Amino acid sequence: MASKAQRAPAGLRLATQGFVVVWLILAAFPFLWTLWGSFKVELDFFSIADWTNALTGANTERTYGSPFTGAGYEGAWVQEEFWRAVINTFIVCFFVVSISLTIGTLGGYALSRSGFRYTFWLLIIALIFRAMPPITLVSGYLLPFFEWNLWGILPTTIIVLVAINQPFTLWMLHSFFQNIPKELDESAKVDGCTQFQAFRHVIVPVMWPGVITTGLFSFLLAYNDFAVTTMLLSESNRTMIPEIAAFLGTTQTEGNVMFAVAAVVSATAPLFILVMFFQRQIVSGLTAGAVKG
Amino acid sequence: MKHRTFFWFFLPTGLAMLLFIAAPIVSVVMQSMFAPHEAVFAVVESCGPFGCTEETTIDQEATRAIREAQPIGRFVGLDIYLDRGHLAVAEVGEAWRNAESIGAFFSRLGNLPFYRAMGFTLTYTFTVTPLLIVLGLMIALAVNTLTAKLKGLVIFFSLLPMIVTPLVGSLILFWMVDSRGIIGTFVQWLASDPDLSLKASTGLTWIMLIVYGVWHSAPFAFVVFYAGLQTLPQDQLEAAQIDGASRWQQVKYVIVPHLMPLVTFVALIQLMDNFRVFEPIVGFNAASHATSLSWIIFNDLSGETQQLSAAAATSVITIVGVTILLLPVLVRTWRDFRSKT
Repeated sequence: MASKAQRAPAGLRLATQGFVVVWLILAAFPFLWTLWGSFKVELDFFSIADWTNALTGANTERTYGSPFTGAGYEGAWVQEEFWRAVINTFIVCFFVVSISLTIGTLGGYALSRSGFRYTFWLLIIALIFRAMPPITLVSGYLLPFFEWNLWGILPTTIIVLVAINQPFTLWMLHSFFQNIPKELDESAKVDGCTQFQAFRHVIVPVMWPGVITTGLFSFLLAYNDFAVTTMLLSESNRTMIPEIAAFLGTTQTEGNVMFAVAAVVSATAPLFILVMFFQRQIVSGLTAGAVKG
Repeated sequence: MKHRTFFWFFLPTGLAMLLFIAAPIVSVVMQSMFAPHEAVFAVVESCGPFGCTEETTIDQEATRAIREAQPIGRFVGLDIYLDRGHLAVAEVGEAWRNAESIGAFFSRLGNLPFYRAMGFTLTYTFTVTPLLIVLGLMIALAVNTLTAKLKGLVIFFSLLPMIVTPLVGSLILFWMVDSRGIIGTFVQWLASDPDLSLKASTGLTWIMLIVYGVWHSAPFAFVVFYAGLQTLPQDQLEAAQIDGASRWQQVKYVIVPHLMPLVTFVALIQLMDNFRVFEPIVGFNAASHATSLSWIIFNDLSGETQQLSAAAATSVITIVGVTILLLPVLVRTWRDFRSKT
């Protein structure tokens, strides 16, 4: 909006700014509110008497002598052993991201460099697989996994999540590799490299921006998954999200909602940090498919 | 690239998808046509001093033997699809014959679990998608007028509702709309009804879930449209202005047509994603008022006795539904491909 003629009148400018502020409140306020409330006792977080209690923490002060308390976190992390779920989540995420990127880059590279017709059909099949809700596949997994004693352990879940991740990874990396000029690896092949050597020495050094963006989305898929992890993991191997869902069943009755609140805040924190550092990659990843399509 | 090289490059990812996506789909389709074996009954004649009586007992050994011999169950064809828990053909037919009016027919349909879930899933999909597109477009237009420094900050906060795990996001909102939470209290104050609870009424629960859906997905639309606005040709806008177009007309006749391909893209993606709505129902604890197809599958699987066949049949129906929503995308991709070659 450079030219003077395009400047909005003051009234309109005020209205748009007001709208942005309202949206910001809608988007951010629930998180700040829950973060603030997670350091209170339940009577303050859910205040029947007076909603300002949630801000001032009157009941928290009465119980603990200070308006802030870590009791919810202590209950969740120590008493309910939420740290196990945190460790499991990071194991799952680490392996899902690394395996999925390794086999995804190979596949995506091959799809982008092969001009045959079947690459198109493979991509279409991947698109159909991408649209399948993961929960519809779960009932297909259960019977064989029970039969072969694979149910409940982390490696099974990791492999399943890697597979569910593949269609998306292939599409992202396929379009990314297509933007890397073919001449690069073709000239390497002229110099006597095999296809794999060309990939290894010419493409790998320049592929990191695309791989990091794709990796972020693989991470989010593994981290946010609820359907697959709930159905395929045994109680002791649960990751964070199914653990939180399980909290709801057990703690709600015991009046320990604050454990769940603390766990929810703990599970959100890594995502905050992720968005903070990788905002640009996330935005470019979201728009990559759109602007081309 | 030669076929051979391609094969080796593609093998790991292809194998993963074949074993863990394609094979399960086949297995789900199979399973949906097999029901668990019924227990084998044995008639035992027990004779006592007062004559003989016939007793029917479950023959445990024979039951176990037949279950082990054929773990998948007995073949029942399409019976599971047509039973009361799914398409409920008999019940629908009866409701159709006996209902006095169309309204009565639909209210009877609403009592069948499958149609109840379908009703919510479709309502959710087709209200959330247009709403989030409009909201996303409005945010994109508003943010585009800000200075560069503010933009980064706004985008950061805007991404949060989308990035956060759906279950966690819906829980956070759920606690706020609780009748003792801040939004719940505020709504009670607005309606001046201290007993009002958003969770107690079906209508309000649906609205709550739809608001959550829009809140969760609007950032995606916003980011895509915002990126599209960056490529907006300025000379077209200026030309429109010289022709005397008002600000609203500029949006309507220049900006929206420019963004139209992106609107289609967002709409197609979101239709598919909203059709699988599931986590919010768990997070909002709303299953008594709103269920979705995915929720039914989850519910069948997570009970004490896992109803694999029932879940499989619902899964197949869901897959068919998703495929129908996917068709426009497939046609588009096919056309793109044809025009390229």
